[in-house]
Amino acid sequence: MTEVIAADGRPLKASLNRALRRQKLRALALIAPLLIFIMLSFVMPIADMLFRSVENQIVSETLPRTVQALGGWDSDSDAAPGEDVFDALYTDLALASEYKTHTRLGSRLNYEFSGISSLFRKSGRRVGRFETDVYTDTFQDADPAYADPQQWADWMADDAVRAALPVTATTYDDWATMIIEVEGDVPAEEEPADFVYTALYNDAVAGAMLPIAVDLADVTPVSIQAQFADIDEDWLDPDVWQTIKLYAPAYTSGYFLTSVDLMKSPDGVEARPDDEQIYVTLFIRTMIMSLSIMGMCVLLGYPIAWLLANLPDRKANLLMILVLLPFWTSLLVRTSAWKVLLQQQGVINDTLVWIGLVADDSRLQLINNQTGTIIAMTHILLPFMILPLYSVMKTIPPSYLRAAKSLGANDWTAFWRVYFPQSVPGIGAGCILVFILAIGYYITPELVGGTKGVFISNRIAYHISSSLNWGLAAALGSILLAVVLILYWVYDKIVGIDNVKLGG
Amino acid sequence: MALPAYASTGQRVWHYSFRIICGLIFFFLIAPILVIIPLSFNAQDFFTFTPEMLALQPEGYSTKHYEDFFTNTDWQLALRNSLKIAPVATVLSVVLGTLAAIGLSQSHVPFRRAIMAILISPMIVPLIISATGMYFFYSNPYIPTPFGKIELPFTLTGTYWGVVLAHAALGIPFVIITVTATLVGFDQSLTRAAANMGAGPVTTFFKVQMPLILPGVVSGGLFAFITSFDEVVVVLFVGSAGQKTLPWQMFTGLREQISPTILAVATILIGISVLLLFVLEMLRRRSERLRGLSPA
Repeated sequence: MTEVIAADGRPLKASLNRALRRQKLRALALIAPLLIFIMLSFVMPIADMLFRSVENQIVSETLPRTVQALGGWDSDSDAAPGEDVFDALYTDLALASEYKTHTRLGSRLNYEFSGISSLFRKSGRRVGRFETDVYTDTFQDADPAYADPQQWADWMADDAVRAALPVTATTYDDWATMIIEVEGDVPAEEEPADFVYTALYNDAVAGAMLPIAVDLADVTPVSIQAQFADIDEDWLDPDVWQTIKLYAPAYTSGYFLTSVDLMKSPDGVEARPDDEQIYVTLFIRTMIMSLSIMGMCVLLGYPIAWLLANLPDRKANLLMILVLLPFWTSLLVRTSAWKVLLQQQGVINDTLVWIGLVADDSRLQLINNQTGTIIAMTHILLPFMILPLYSVMKTIPPSYLRAAKSLGANDWTAFWRVYFPQSVPGIGAGCILVFILAIGYYITPELVGGTKGVFISNRIAYHISSSLNWGLAAALGSILLAVVLILYWVYDKIVGIDNVKLGG
Repeated sequence: MALPAYASTGQRVWHYSFRIICGLIFFFLIAPILVIIPLSFNAQDFFTFTPEMLALQPEGYSTKHYEDFFTNTDWQLALRNSLKIAPVATVLSVVLGTLAAIGLSQSHVPFRRAIMAILISPMIVPLIISATGMYFFYSNPYIPTPFGKIELPFTLTGTYWGVVLAHAALGIPFVIITVTATLVGFDQSLTRAAANMGAGPVTTFFKVQMPLILPGVVSGGLFAFITSFDEVVVVLFVGSAGQKTLPWQMFTGLREQISPTILAVATILIGISVLLLFVLEMLRRRSERLRGLSPA
């Protein structure tokens, strides 16, 4: 069989393949700018949020030495860790208080163990006034070279000295970085802080060769542990140390556990105390309220969609405006309308009192509770139910109903056995759409829901703007996102995302 | 739908009660919006009808809340911000969205389904989650690489461009959906005919394709515009007081001390939605006529 040759002398098959490839590339080139844009402005932020829900570098970044030293501490023991851990904490906390990061760490750990926040704040203030200046004085009195910043810089640049004084070297490096970053000074012109001398003392006691020999036999060692215990007895509480050790890894499941009312403990995962269990209730409430809103929307939307699909076009188009106008009206306009209508002194209560259904002194409480949220959100989401229902019902031939009736079915049987099953795809599409939209609503529940009628999204917003527990906000958001994405996937399977109809 | 002459009493009763039920539901849909309009002309600072208003006395009505809206600096700043943010966000989403929709409508696009799902996702993901993510990421944007993060030397939270970018991302799904829907009805042989007569791809696009898909592009643009114009959650998180928009001002007003000016603003916004609805309906009719779906 001979190969077919195109006009340019290449095999036809190759030419076609090339053309196809070029077409694909052109299509991708048209899509690429938007794809990159969405990736940067939308997908990356979401990924960043997911990352934040497990990220926990703050402990190991703020207290690197302590975390390392705690590795040797048995967290099952009933005693506080030894002097080595407190030495590490001293250096870490002294540096952190210069960077002002200790308060942030305190707030972070406070989510897990209340009281830690003030412990860190208090200790950060006092860590610079420890009695470790004894060491500083001893060294400086023994030889003035120990008080000379330039001499220190020279020693620390010398590999032999560094090798002899490992702890001092790293401590000095971090101190020098801090001097440059926080104070904007040159380390070679500043006298090292007390904790550097403490490190030097510890090195020397461990048997290291000092650059200039100093007799340390007369110095009474300062117990750093006692210094910390002096600030607050809590530093001797093994529970505090267990919390630090538990949250030392760079990634944590802690935020997710909190989101489902669990907590980490040295014995594994356990339930939070009863008075702190709020999130599971809130998730369940969000689900139940979204389901009720969805149910209300089906109940109210089905007759309207049926009417619109079966009226003559001219009338249907006219009535369609009554559905589309709310659909197009600003969400805040509709929410403020409900806020005005549902108030105790609002139009609805006034009307009910005027008719005489309700006594003036027992006006209905319609707002700042679940009733308010359900009424307002049903109104806001109803068009999202009517429009997909309508587009499905439009495709059901009316002759089916007539055929059923001519075969002897009564009105109800004809509707229930013939018409209704065919409208089920529309109900499914509308329900998923309304549910997806309802479950993530923030504005309307915030304005008309009071405390009882709010959703999980309101809690997320609270953690971002008020309590500043961003990790927990991210974890709650991730759970909500997972629920929505599963529903989105179901919707895509049933309806197809390309088939979303906007505005009828 | 009409009641046949031989209908039984039961059928008649059901027919009319069904009409009444539908009427009540329509009332539920439209009444809250209509009630706002007369209330915004209230001469008092109340949120209910005063006896004077019910008696239709002219002294019960006034335009003072509108005057407040047009003179109050807070509201004017909000209005200006809304008008500065929404059009720019719309242009961004329409340009990028239309190009991508044209690319997506061609045959043989690899990963079409996945790309579509990503592009539509801003519409599906709850606003609070988008806002949370954007708040974190925009305050410290970075580009991830296999070697680590490259942190960008600027921050977008609290800036005009941060809000515009966020709103453009939220508007894009609407442009994609409407333009792809219009392109389904677009006869690809027209572009081949244009190419056959010697037109380059750019000329073909502007002279042949664009006029035919214009209704879809415009209605997508209107959706994108209203999305940005109405949006409040993202702007609350990403923006700062300098970027407060009309919905932001309404939201804080409703949450803290509700002022009747909000009702005046709401009435103006209702006017805008009526206008939008009208334009969209015109576009829909035009595109149906062009496609020959309905007689002219």
